[in-house]
Amino acid sequence: MGELSRLTLAEARDRLRARDFTAAELTDDCLAAAEAAAVLNAFTPPTPDLARAQAAAADARLAKGDAPDLCGVPLGIKDLFCVEGAPAQAASRILEGFRPPYESTVTARLRERGAVMLGKLNMDEFAMGSSTETSAFGPAISPWRRRGDAAPLTPGGSSGGSAAAVAADLCLGATGTDTGGSIRQPAAFTGIVGVKPTYGRCSRWGIVAFASSLDQAGPMAKSVTDAAILLSAMAGHDPKDSTSANRPDEDFAAGLKGDLRGRRIGVPREYRVDGMPAEIEALWAKGSDMLRDAGAEIVEISLPHTKYALPAYYVIAPAEASSNLARYDGVRYGRRARIGAGDGVTELYERTRAEGFGREVQRRIMVGAYVLSAGFYDAYYLRAQKVRTLIKRDFEQAFDAGVDAILTPATPSAAFGIGDMADADPVQMYLNDVFTVTVNLAGLPGVSVPAGLDAAGLPLGLQLIGRPWDEKGMLDAAFALERACGFAAKPGQWW
Amino acid sequence: MSIDKETARRVAHLARIEVAESDLDRVAAELSGILGFMEQLRDVDVSGIEPMTSVTPMALPLREDRITAGGEPERILGNAPDARRGFFAVPKVVE
Repeated sequence: MGELSRLTLAEARDRLRARDFTAAELTDDCLAAAEAAAVLNAFTPPTPDLARAQAAAADARLAKGDAPDLCGVPLGIKDLFCVEGAPAQAASRILEGFRPPYESTVTARLRERGAVMLGKLNMDEFAMGSSTETSAFGPAISPWRRRGDAAPLTPGGSSGGSAAAVAADLCLGATGTDTGGSIRQPAAFTGIVGVKPTYGRCSRWGIVAFASSLDQAGPMAKSVTDAAILLSAMAGHDPKDSTSANRPDEDFAAGLKGDLRGRRIGVPREYRVDGMPAEIEALWAKGSDMLRDAGAEIVEISLPHTKYALPAYYVIAPAEASSNLARYDGVRYGRRARIGAGDGVTELYERTRAEGFGREVQRRIMVGAYVLSAGFYDAYYLRAQKVRTLIKRDFEQAFDAGVDAILTPATPSAAFGIGDMADADPVQMYLNDVFTVTVNLAGLPGVSVPAGLDAAGLPLGLQLIGRPWDEKGMLDAAFALERACGFAAKPGQWW
Repeated sequence: MSIDKETARRVAHLARIEVAESDLDRVAAELSGILGFMEQLRDVDVSGIEPMTSVTPMALPLREDRITAGGEPERILGNAPDARRGFFAVPKVVE
């Protein structure tokens, strides 16, 4: 078990086409690995019948020689995506029992290309969180542990189940979504690659909405090449999402060379935040050196409004969430609370939402309701939207000055322990997003690349931020970084 | 900006979330903490700055005004906790 599930997506694709093994064998190996790793709580759980049926169909296509890149490749799908025939709960009690009668555009694209879905993956409730601890399914557990220490660590969040499943080799790749860092932070915590595409690159149709102007789906994978292959399948125009960009499909994996000659990489001085561990500072400097060695010119840049990104985000995202989550009312789908004989529809709404939403989701809905309410809208929401304009302008000015991509740390620390933040102020958890959230506010593409281990043996990631629609250039820089870092560490198998 | 218990009660109702009387102080304290964090936004000079309404400069696309889906009430009602005779059922709203 695990010999096949440990392969990269690109290796599996080539060997499936060479008929070294079948999609059915590969799928069974992943299902066995997933079953043996139940303690990681990455899946919600696997859906083996669906997976085996898809694997059989993929084998038939492979036999005919009609095999797109993903044909027969077993993937995990974040529970935020609606997949026909499987429950979709967004890791929330309020969607208990919901079976979507439709398929998200991103998963439909994966299906059309022959991908096999092993099951839905754990996440923070409605993607609100940085540790998967807000999940109604209980937290996902990282396959990584500190050296000589059995304390369970978080795989990050909100796409923590996706990160744990990829890092533990339970699948060959996974989908995630990223509203403020929810792909890149868990990727960094677990030593894998995570890509948040340009806003509008992947259709949001059929993905449970959190903050619609910030949400983007993206791949989580074992290498930059794998992430590029997955992104090529996930991305593309969709008339069903009015913010989906009308651009032709691209092959992001073609032509990855890691040759950065003539390219300029910016290093923003405002990302040198107070209290940043020396290890992260050193890793960042090492990353700059590596990109310079690959031919890039490294320049210091300024993104002066960076420090206002987190407060702006935590106005805008809850405001959008409070609107989006208004639909969960116990009437059309999901859980409905019992009410008394004399109670009316308002009590039905209020009790259903009190029982169905976890504490962090309730908090964000209330913050959103507050900042949008009469008398406070201008002071909070409108002001945050203006600050968002300034944050985007900072990036535009850097790109206009000739910068091709920007290098930053992915997270302000390595993974923390499950329960470590239980007594912390909610704002402490929000600080996890400090390096990633600007990218969502500005609609840019970002990628987290595993770059090294800290003193306790935990992965650390670096982030590259690209120009809008230049995923290709960004991924080429990521490819150079990946090659130079040579990150090959894997978690020891304790489960 | 400090949120008092009465404001917390009002916000909870706006959000249509039932909060027990005994939890209102905790909710008020948490909301105060989060809103306090947002106070930093007051330090930014936003005079003359347009609020962002679309992160990518694009006009919303128009489509032909044509019915492309529908006529499937069973699928629409299939997930409802209480559906009767082709309708979503709720407690009595009008006396």
